[in-house]
Amino acid sequence: MAARKTKPAAVTLERRKAVTRILSRRGDAAVVTGIGNAVHDVASCGDDARNMYLAGIMGGASMVAFGVALAQPKRRVLVITGDGELLAGIGSLATIGVEKPKNLAIVVLDNQAYGATGNQLTHTAAGVDLVGIAAASGFADPALITDAAGLEAAMADIYDRPGPYFAVLKVKTVTGSRLDVPRDGTYVSRRFRAAMTGREG
Amino acid sequence: MTMAKARAKARHWSHDVHAVLKKADVRQVAYVPDGGLARLINLCNADKKMHSVVLTTEEEGVAQMAGAWLGGQRGVFLTQSGGVGNCINMLSIIQECRIPLLAMVSMRGQWGEAFPWQVPMGQATTAALQAANVIVQPVDRAEEVAETVEAAARMAYDGHRAVAVIVSQRITNSGRRG
Repeated sequence: MAARKTKPAAVTLERRKAVTRILSRRGDAAVVTGIGNAVHDVASCGDDARNMYLAGIMGGASMVAFGVALAQPKRRVLVITGDGELLAGIGSLATIGVEKPKNLAIVVLDNQAYGATGNQLTHTAAGVDLVGIAAASGFADPALITDAAGLEAAMADIYDRPGPYFAVLKVKTVTGSRLDVPRDGTYVSRRFRAAMTGREG
Repeated sequence: MTMAKARAKARHWSHDVHAVLKKADVRQVAYVPDGGLARLINLCNADKKMHSVVLTTEEEGVAQMAGAWLGGQRGVFLTQSGGVGNCINMLSIIQECRIPLLAMVSMRGQWGEAFPWQVPMGQATTAALQAANVIVQPVDRAEEVAETVEAAARMAYDGHRAVAVIVSQRITNSGRRG
């Protein structure tokens, strides 16, 4: 017998407003975005040399950020990505859960859909539990954030709690406008690296 | 025979490769466990100045190597030929951002392979790497592995290229039983 589905709480968070709030106190944090709308959500808060916009390599955002986090142990490294992107590299959670980098935080904007290709449903829409997967992979107390009050309560943890930190924000499928984000990889990557290391080349 | 080659003959090539990686200031090592590279992996694991990371699948290592460089460190990615196919899309970041990548690939399905399921990916390994714009540097003599890695490291880190050293099955002696 199929389990009866409980009616999910209405989703109230808008992704762009949520990302704006999160990045409002980024300090010197590095931000790595996953492919898709996350690129535009992060860029909408102001283009920044410490943003690494990944407009490809679906499934790779968390491990790119992990490599940065190892190389930059004194800096908070924040992943902002979507549920589809994370699902494409779900094994990364096991790797990061084993390694436990203290300065890495992963924030998933979970709209339960592939927003860039027409809102086809992702596995989270069918009940796949990313918070549960993170917990089972070794992340301590991963958070499920469903409203603005929950986001406010999590703000300190996103930046200050010893990592690896993991949070899922349930967000509406509505997206913000697409922006003219720098897309040339050689430019974005060298600018980012110079911001990390304080040197060119 | 040069001094270096005489020394390489006396001990397993993995020690010399490890020394080359140390000299190149490699700080991150990403790998999926593999028999052909097992000794090198053990040496890296025992090295407190290197952070070795076990992956669930090889493409994670390509992404980590990109992150290492973006954060200002050097890394090396160790994989068996069977894992190369997993990396194709992830190598987009290496090519699009022209990020240095040093990889070592231990071959299966190549020299005297007795296990049939290793042959398809083994025979496709070089073509797959080249299709993703990775420069391939094969080595089939144990005494030449370290110098090949040294040359590849220079081309990767200083020449800003993706370079894979392909370690022949003739060296690793893997896959002799079906």
